[in-house]
Amino acid sequence: MQNTKVKADNFSFYYGDVKALKDISMEIKENQVTGIIGPSGCGKSTFLRSINRMNDVITGSRAEGKISIDNKNIYGPDIDVVEIRRKIGMVFQKSNPFPKSIFDNVAYGLKINGIKDKSYTAQKVEKSLKDAALWHEVKDRLGKNAFELSGGQQQRLCIARALAVEPKVILMDEPASALDPTATLKIEELIQELKKKYTIIIVTHNMQQAARISDHTAFFMLGELIEYDVTSKIFTNPSKKVTEDYITGRFG
Amino acid sequence: MKQKQFTQILGFNFLRMCMFIVIAALVVILYDITSKGIGKINWEFLTAMPRKGMTEGGIFPAIVGTVMVTVITAILSIPLGMGCAIYLNEYARDNKITRIIRMSIRNLSGVPSIVYGLFGVVIFVQLMHLGTSILSAGFTLGLMTLPWTITASEEALKNVPNSYREGALALGATKWQSIKTNVLPYSISGMLTGTILGLARAAGETAPILFTGAAFYLPFLPKSLSSQFMALPYHLYIMATQHHAIAKVRPIAYGTALVLITVVFLMNLFAVILRYNLRKHKME
Repeated sequence: MQNTKVKADNFSFYYGDVKALKDISMEIKENQVTGIIGPSGCGKSTFLRSINRMNDVITGSRAEGKISIDNKNIYGPDIDVVEIRRKIGMVFQKSNPFPKSIFDNVAYGLKINGIKDKSYTAQKVEKSLKDAALWHEVKDRLGKNAFELSGGQQQRLCIARALAVEPKVILMDEPASALDPTATLKIEELIQELKKKYTIIIVTHNMQQAARISDHTAFFMLGELIEYDVTSKIFTNPSKKVTEDYITGRFG
Repeated sequence: MKQKQFTQILGFNFLRMCMFIVIAALVVILYDITSKGIGKINWEFLTAMPRKGMTEGGIFPAIVGTVMVTVITAILSIPLGMGCAIYLNEYARDNKITRIIRMSIRNLSGVPSIVYGLFGVVIFVQLMHLGTSILSAGFTLGLMTLPWTITASEEALKNVPNSYREGALALGATKWQSIKTNVLPYSISGMLTGTILGLARAAGETAPILFTGAAFYLPFLPKSLSSQFMALPYHLYIMATQHHAIAKVRPIAYGTALVLITVVFLMNLFAVILRYNLRKHKME
């Protein structure tokens, strides 16, 4: 049995007066892929963004309860949010390379964390691009603007960028929703490879994708965690009626 | 069908006419000033002091005065305006107070320039004891251009996609790092362009410098920043309306107008070139 990496304890989240997440409690295992599914507006993205405190920047938002990473509450009073975000990589729904060269994109995280050693940076960039299965496609044009890459390549670049700062957990917010099937397949294969070293939490709209790639699946609805179990159980024999209705496509 | 097409043609022609009227006004003004002023432009006119009660000689002190005041304006307006815009757009929470502040800034850009001039007299000339000087006039113009600088800079910052900020934060950047490395490089050209356009407008203003430092007739260059100075717009105003021999100095007035327009045009051109270069640089 794997260790618990991320643990939510009665975690609630508010946007102003709206309670977007209601008393979520769940344990996410190390070196596993955990999929989060649910209809639009169910709070799955909010939950994901709570794990690296990206929701902090939203005016009028408020959190209650705990989320712990390696048994340390990241909503505790003595927490450095910047440090948390460095340890938890994030890949966004819409790939967001910076308008810099491919090299500078991957090196960005190192630069802002004060690493000036050029040869170390170059090594790290190469390794990250290799780990993100992008190295062979870009190794001859690292100085080119990242916008010249295709959509799927851009998303893998963003993954490489996240890997470069050596996170423990990688959060992915529908990373393949804007990609074509071939590019999606590449990302999915990559996720399988990455879970050997990282703990991956992925939000997805695509239930087949969740079934294919995740070890555990959580089903969210209206801000509540309805069901959370091993993926095969959720998709073949869910214990709640509403979960079954959702995965069989009766709504959502 | 016919009816629809007719309406379309009518509409297009109406819009085209609007454009022609605007262009025509501009062309007439430029033609009038250029044709009557160009004969006056020569090396002496640009580099000599005015003589004999400004009926002869050049406008050199006015050119120098305008340039110096514009530099002071820029020194006040650029850092203060950009800083304020960065704070408002990146740090300030979007609540009632910031909305009121933003609305006030927009409204300030509509305040008549003579009001700024009188404000400058009270604050800089009298209260801060800067006297009627280049500093007082430059600060007054600086205040006047702030609303434009802030608004233009904020627009430039808004054009930077939020995903650049979030992407940086998610990698463990502090807010300031994300702004410095991922927002400012992509907005600086827009910020500078807006600012320079504001400065160009300020360079042509008369009312704010009227009481704060511009002099009627000084046949020498300003000795320091606390000296009075001659300025192109004010000189033009005097030559056109206040001089005792208006008919005689009319060509000087036209020459001054031409120089002033050229200075403003060059500043605008500089803004365009700067923006082009920064864009190119950023996209390399």
